[in-house]
Amino acid sequence: MSILSTPSKPLELVCPAGNLPSLKTAVDHGADSVYIGFRNDTNARHFPGLNFDAKTASQGVQYAHAKGRRVFVALNTFPQPSGWERWQRAVDQAADLGVDAVIAADISVLDYARRRHPDLPLHLSVQGSATNYEAIRFYHEHFGIRRVVLPRVLSLPQVRHVLENSPVGLEVFGFGGLCIMVEGRCLLSSYVTGESPNMCGVCSPAKAVRWEETPRGLETRLGGLLIDRHAPGEPAGYPTLCKGRFTVADQTYYAIEEPTSLNTLELLPELQDMGIAAIKIEGRQRSPAYVTQVTKVWRAAIDACRRNAAAYAPKPEWLRELGKVSEGRQTTLGAYHRTWQ
Amino acid sequence: MTIEARTPKLALGPVLYYWPKEKLLDFYEQIAASPVDIVYLGETICSKRRALNTEEWLALAERLSAAGKEVVLSTMALLEAESELKALHRWCENGRFTVEANDMGAVRLLSVRGASFVLGTGINVYNDRTLRFLAGLGAKRWVMPVELSAETLAAMQAERPAGVETEVFVYGRLPLAYSARCFTARHHDLPKDDCRFRCLDYPEGLTVSTREGQAFLALNGIQTQSAQTCNLLRELAELRQLKVDVLRVSPQAEGTEAVLDAFAACLRGERDPDQAARTLNATLPHGACDGYWQGQPGLRQVTETA
Repeated sequence: MSILSTPSKPLELVCPAGNLPSLKTAVDHGADSVYIGFRNDTNARHFPGLNFDAKTASQGVQYAHAKGRRVFVALNTFPQPSGWERWQRAVDQAADLGVDAVIAADISVLDYARRRHPDLPLHLSVQGSATNYEAIRFYHEHFGIRRVVLPRVLSLPQVRHVLENSPVGLEVFGFGGLCIMVEGRCLLSSYVTGESPNMCGVCSPAKAVRWEETPRGLETRLGGLLIDRHAPGEPAGYPTLCKGRFTVADQTYYAIEEPTSLNTLELLPELQDMGIAAIKIEGRQRSPAYVTQVTKVWRAAIDACRRNAAAYAPKPEWLRELGKVSEGRQTTLGAYHRTWQ
Repeated sequence: MTIEARTPKLALGPVLYYWPKEKLLDFYEQIAASPVDIVYLGETICSKRRALNTEEWLALAERLSAAGKEVVLSTMALLEAESELKALHRWCENGRFTVEANDMGAVRLLSVRGASFVLGTGINVYNDRTLRFLAGLGAKRWVMPVELSAETLAAMQAERPAGVETEVFVYGRLPLAYSARCFTARHHDLPKDDCRFRCLDYPEGLTVSTREGQAFLALNGIQTQSAQTCNLLRELAELRQLKVDVLRVSPQAEGTEAVLDAFAACLRGERDPDQAARTLNATLPHGACDGYWQGQPGLRQVTETA
């Protein structure tokens, strides 16, 4: 298919919602789908004050469905034996709500959903770490997954190759916080704080964070470890473990990753051309204002690219708007661009 | 009254670093004469590392097998390129040795062949339901994810499917994360595609410290490990009581034979685990840790080292 032809199926825009106002603004500003989580450790954004209870989830699903949009529920952490009932209840609750898909990672959760609610569509979460088509085939053969969310580790040619061999559609991350590690396979947070995305649905949890003004500058700590030290006037970001400045062989630098956001606006024509099913926006933990801003820009971009891919280019005002809400005020193409790796 | 438990077997995990061919072969010559029961072989971190080719790995497997070791071939932890899937096929279809799957793609290839296999640390088995599902596909042994605690293991063991062995990572730098990015190349400001094999310079990885000088991670190509060495030798009684079948020691550039000897002597009841652990810990550049086992942050050393 040439880059000039119009694709048969438009790219679906999947936006995050940490609460009902975010869900509504995402729907109002052009999200095709919104993904949410419940108020416990069954999802990977288990933050205080965030997420949906039975009532707001029901209101959210009604709101989205009334406008012809879809709602997905993320149940993408890994239950331990003592907590299994919570995940079982969450799957049942999602099915009862009539959501359009459950996004899951653990085999026990996928297996339960498949057997108990055979009509409930399943997506493999990015936390399922499927980076190759053999892994995708595994989840498709056993659980009938209808879509897979790819970890943010593949270059564009690799994404294309996976897609050509995948039995299901691919959802890729387009914008937002950037995991540098393969999702679902990173234990850095629990190594320092005792809590990880897999076990607890959190990374670098706020309760383990300390901010301290010192004569040397503003210091940020996680679980007691010095993550970064900022000179006066230097912007200080949230001390996510992998985005600190550390010392390796006498050099002090961002040894793992800079505080930066993923932004793939300029890759849209290629993603559309190769037949990617959906673009995911990260950030259920962010404010309704973030959701509004990012949804607006991406809606406009996807529509412009679909109208005329050959003439498409990210507008400066889009980049400006996204820059305002980016971590560290800078963006990257991440692993899609080989040189980043 | 204590329940008599079978003595766990001792395993050596795959070498996670890039060592030159000579060092690797010398190392395994010593392992052939060591008290280890099971040896996991293969490059699991980076497909650009080619200390040995497939035939040489298989020859080494035969050599260790002839020395009385159970040999298991370990697969890559992160599979991206088609060439890596082709290599995975060759590993899974070797027809001779059991394979340790470190990615769900490997689980698929092994299960469709009807082979029995080991679930490595790269497979997320966090509960008994997941383990039972995978046992149904041919898993005969699972390595507990390193972030799980003794308490979770006890719950898992109570519901463990029949015929499935449990292996615990008891010694070594913990495998914590994998990335598309090569951190060793990045440290040298080199692109990943032109890394000049700098991992060869770091037989135990590159230590990462905070700006206060506290070492806590080690960079090993695309893998991030703990700087601290997990040592559960003191927990031997509990490991036995929990009916753990296999204890995994992860190879380090120096002193691995002494670690295996210490575990073997303690398992035979010839040495005191507390004292043996103290001796081993005294040699560690960044100290020991047992936090995960105790249900705490992994880098902590919880058990008294008095």
